[in-house]
Amino acid sequence: MNLSRKWLNEFVEISVSDHDFAEAMTLSGSKVEVTEDLGKEISNVVVGRVVSMERHPNSDHMWVCQVDVAQESPVQIVTGAWNVHVGDLVPVALHKSTLPGGVKIEKGKLRGEVSNGMMCGLSELGLDERDFPYAVVVPAALLNDYKPLDSEKPSIPANIQPGHKIYGPVVCAKLLEVMPLGNGTFHTCADIGEATVCPDTVCSNLHVGDLVAYNTKTDSYCTLADLHAQQAEFPHCIPDGIFIIREDCKPGDDIKPVIGLDDHVVEFEITPNRPDCLSMIGLAREAAVTFHKPLNLHTPVVKGGGEGNLIELLDVETPAADLCPRYTARMVRNVKIAPSPKWMRERLRAMGVRPINNIVDITNYVMLEYGQPMHAFDYRYVKGGKIIVRRAEDGEELTTLDGNVRKLNSSMLVIADEHRAVGLAGIMGGENSEIVADTVDVVFESATFDGTAIRKAALSLGMRTEASAKFEKGLDPMNTLPAVDRACELVELLGAGEVLDGTIDILNYVPQPRVLPLEPDKINALLGTEIAREEMVRILTALDFQIDGDQVTVPSWRGDVIGMADLAEEVARFFGYDNIPCTLMRGQTTLGGYSQEELLERQLGTMCRSMGYDEIITYSFISPTCYDKIRWPQDYWRRDSMKILNPLGEDTSIMRTTTLPSMLEILTRNYNYRNQNVKLYEVGRIYAPGGEGGLAIENKVLSMGAYGSDMDFYVMKGAVEAILKDLRTETVTYCTGSNFPEAASYHPGRFAEVWCGDNCLGWFGQIHPLVAQNYGVDGELYCVELSLNQLANAKGCDPEYVPLPKFPAMTRDIAVVCEEAVTVGALETCIRNSTKGLLKEVSLFDIYRGKGVEEGKKSVAFNLVLRADDRSLTADEADEEVKTILSALSSELGAVLR
Amino acid sequence: MKEQLANIRAAALAAFEAAADTAALDGLRVQYLGKKGELTAVLKQMGKLSAEERPVMGQLANEVRAALEEALEVQGKKLEAQALEARLAAEALDVTVPGTPVKLGHRHPMYIALDEIKEIFIGMGFTVLDGPEVEFASYNFDKLNADEGHPSRDWSDTFYFDTDSRVMLRSQTSPMQVRAMETMELPIRIIAPGRVYRKDEVDATHSPMFHQVEGMVIDKNVTMADLKGTLNTVVEQLYGKGTKTRFRPHHFPFTEPSCEMDVQCHKCGGVGCPTCKGDGWIELLGAGMIHPHVLEMSGIDPNEYSGWAFGIGLERTAMRRFKIADLRLIFENDVRFLEQF
Repeated sequence: MNLSRKWLNEFVEISVSDHDFAEAMTLSGSKVEVTEDLGKEISNVVVGRVVSMERHPNSDHMWVCQVDVAQESPVQIVTGAWNVHVGDLVPVALHKSTLPGGVKIEKGKLRGEVSNGMMCGLSELGLDERDFPYAVVVPAALLNDYKPLDSEKPSIPANIQPGHKIYGPVVCAKLLEVMPLGNGTFHTCADIGEATVCPDTVCSNLHVGDLVAYNTKTDSYCTLADLHAQQAEFPHCIPDGIFIIREDCKPGDDIKPVIGLDDHVVEFEITPNRPDCLSMIGLAREAAVTFHKPLNLHTPVVKGGGEGNLIELLDVETPAADLCPRYTARMVRNVKIAPSPKWMRERLRAMGVRPINNIVDITNYVMLEYGQPMHAFDYRYVKGGKIIVRRAEDGEELTTLDGNVRKLNSSMLVIADEHRAVGLAGIMGGENSEIVADTVDVVFESATFDGTAIRKAALSLGMRTEASAKFEKGLDPMNTLPAVDRACELVELLGAGEVLDGTIDILNYVPQPRVLPLEPDKINALLGTEIAREEMVRILTALDFQIDGDQVTVPSWRGDVIGMADLAEEVARFFGYDNIPCTLMRGQTTLGGYSQEELLERQLGTMCRSMGYDEIITYSFISPTCYDKIRWPQDYWRRDSMKILNPLGEDTSIMRTTTLPSMLEILTRNYNYRNQNVKLYEVGRIYAPGGEGGLAIENKVLSMGAYGSDMDFYVMKGAVEAILKDLRTETVTYCTGSNFPEAASYHPGRFAEVWCGDNCLGWFGQIHPLVAQNYGVDGELYCVELSLNQLANAKGCDPEYVPLPKFPAMTRDIAVVCEEAVTVGALETCIRNSTKGLLKEVSLFDIYRGKGVEEGKKSVAFNLVLRADDRSLTADEADEEVKTILSALSSELGAVLR
Repeated sequence: MKEQLANIRAAALAAFEAAADTAALDGLRVQYLGKKGELTAVLKQMGKLSAEERPVMGQLANEVRAALEEALEVQGKKLEAQALEARLAAEALDVTVPGTPVKLGHRHPMYIALDEIKEIFIGMGFTVLDGPEVEFASYNFDKLNADEGHPSRDWSDTFYFDTDSRVMLRSQTSPMQVRAMETMELPIRIIAPGRVYRKDEVDATHSPMFHQVEGMVIDKNVTMADLKGTLNTVVEQLYGKGTKTRFRPHHFPFTEPSCEMDVQCHKCGGVGCPTCKGDGWIELLGAGMIHPHVLEMSGIDPNEYSGWAFGIGLERTAMRRFKIADLRLIFENDVRFLEQF
């Protein structure tokens, strides 16, 4: 919401700086986004009067002007514009002035003639013709400016003389006299050879001595269009020029007040609970209370008396009463469509609204002033003189003011006559009843509609308008009547038409002011303050709440105030949030901390980072094609995912049931960035359908991923082992062969399941080359997926001290040769199982294939640590134990000492 | 003989002194003191001496032996020290050669920022809660006073899983307020960080998934002054003692009175600069006194209990904390980015 500070002063006089205004309003609850000085880019630009002008001696199209700018003597300014005449008031950018767009003007020489500044056109001041409709330039085609398109075949001879025929009734004329009449027209006399003619014209580029095309039939000078000429043929006869000012001003005046750029505009962010502040009056009320100033509101007075009987001319029905709490209408006859006055145009423009014509401008003006959207219909298109507020038919069509055909349905509300819709209620009028130049009779509609219905209709039609944005917040039905009266008052003020007596006013609701108890103690208890009751009453009264004893009547426009807490906020806002003391929490102490689950997450994260893994954050939603990319079987039940019905796109349309695609995506991205040796982890959430009441079953996964020269299956396995060791998980086994569908994502020979007893904690391995290929990666990727629930269950007990060994250990290295098919795991298990109790540790230290070992076999070497708890072991005892172990290896696995 | 001993003594001491290394010294030890050494050879002549001379000579010989042994010891230590010195000199390294790298992993910057917040609140007795992201619209909206018709419920703003708009991806962490009120014993002090989802296209400041931290206190006699005091303390811990804050009125459906909390711009000290967009203040979080109707809907008597709540956007906090210019970096997970933190 924009606010013109000049306009604001009509309601409440506030003279503080923009900065102080913005800060105070923000702290009382109307947040200021930005303030803007409309004329900040313009400096040293004044009104000047052209006192004389001569053709430039060295140019065929420039003029040297002497301009009175209320200095000791006139300043000389050279211009290329042809619409200037002696006596004109023009904007003059003096030496060392600035204009919008960062333009700087300094004195200089134009083809040898000194120019002490510049006369400005509208666009150079940041304005356009809508701001000053009278400044439109209509150029005549000057024959002395003619440049034939083909120099061989000119349409007009170069030596044409007054009286020469150009075509038909059009002859060459030489201007003898040009006299501006001050209202945009010029009195002229011209020589057409054997006669002199004296037409009046609006063409403003004429000067004595110019040759023009004169139409003897219509007694007028020809424009380019009249001659069917192209612009290139008359390069300087353009519909643009200097802004000839017709305002009440004099030479030397600062230009900014003259053109309305002396205003400052404040942009507010209005929260949705305060639609009343989407208006000048609403914001003025807030400003008045904020600055402790009186608020001057005006009650519209309509003279009326227009010819005709409103009741006979117009009938309103509201069959959709539930969606239209109030419908108010008045009528204006004999409308004269014209531009609205400068003050109104300036205010509209300052508020960011484009002036169009007096009637449309009035509706916009009232919307800004009262916050009540208004609509104006052309009465002659309201067939049968009947307005019906009804639900649209399914499939009904309406062409809205923006020229688009809208297909409607029965959830939308239309304003219709007996035959067809003429407007989309609360959103936009119909093209078929638009106010046009020859509109004679106008109906002003001032109504309120159901906010949700308007919002939904605007949303489904994709046309959120200024009006719908207001209606959707729920407007005050009490506001429709003053607003329509204000519109009619403005019509009379502008002389734009004759207002009929009477108002059509349909109420489909019962006005019921809300009354609340005033409870100062409760308010202070909630705020932690000691604000006096009188202060509360002062604030609330200033906001137009009515206090009667202990009762507070809430104003109709404050639908957001429904209880004590709301009153507390009103009081607090103007008491000042900053004046509320700061206290610390009291009462019963509570114990803070992390949940067990989060403690596990933190432990896992710390462990991963200590091994060089960087933490990542990935999106929870993925593309359905991800399951194909990771080669999950088509019929695998985990493909069944929570599906977002209105996703941003297919790529983010389902909730992941696995973190693998997310990890692969990030690995791939880093791979494509050529990042070396990447290690990543995430404790990520997965979402399976089937939770309580239609929610998801949300579980977490420790997802790790890596690639690089320092990475292989066993490095990854080492990381898993380290994590499980950190968790003190016991009886961990690594195996294959459970035929988990998830294994399809992994290299079949480099995939291991991680088990703790009978529980599968997850798996890890090298990503299947086909999966890697699906992600466009030709290197080896490694991933780990471990279930957090399973890890939590597999977590070992807190450690308990075991006495350190009192007696020394003996170590023995053994190397056995066995078939390739015999796994290291099997050998190790066999060794552990065959000990008679002296074996304390087994560790693999070498696997050898090649020279000295038979083809198809391998040599596996272990380091054994043997120790007795109650004595020093003898060499014989140790050898005996090793012998037992070796014989078990030999008999059970065919592994013989090398 | 006396003369012989004196000669040996002099010669040996001179030889010891001149020994270049421990091996040479060892050779000299054998030469003079060994079984076939020079001193031993002299001593073997003792038998030829008279009974009067023998003790005198014996004593003298022992003195010579002791002197030689002491000299050997001294010279030995000296040579050892020299040898060590030489070895250490030879072993000297170029300490400017970089150390063997240890690759440590890095915490994601957003979680660094989150951990800072969590620790502050845990210190004040808050429990950290986690909850579902696929959530009931009733928890995300209805029980937080955002009735049917509230704009944020639109399908253009919120992701839904069913045509009745009943199950959704939570658009805020605030449903954790409801879940806490429904399940926890009073008094309640919780924070609930987590993922939230809104239908925003990805750009430098938007993402369809982002993170918030919700906080809530419910107890008897809780006031807006407590809200201010507590949040000011938090901000002082986050941004340093003396950090200036201000509270502005605002609107949230589930709090009344509501406010937004700004911190004074650290860059310009409140004068106005590009960082604070000329405002002098940076918006930090939204907060307010829990709406009596919200308490009531979750079965808490607003006449007996009151509370306050806040919500803070984590991405923006992290971005400000680490001067990260583009939100997309947070979710891109480029290790060159991650390893800066």
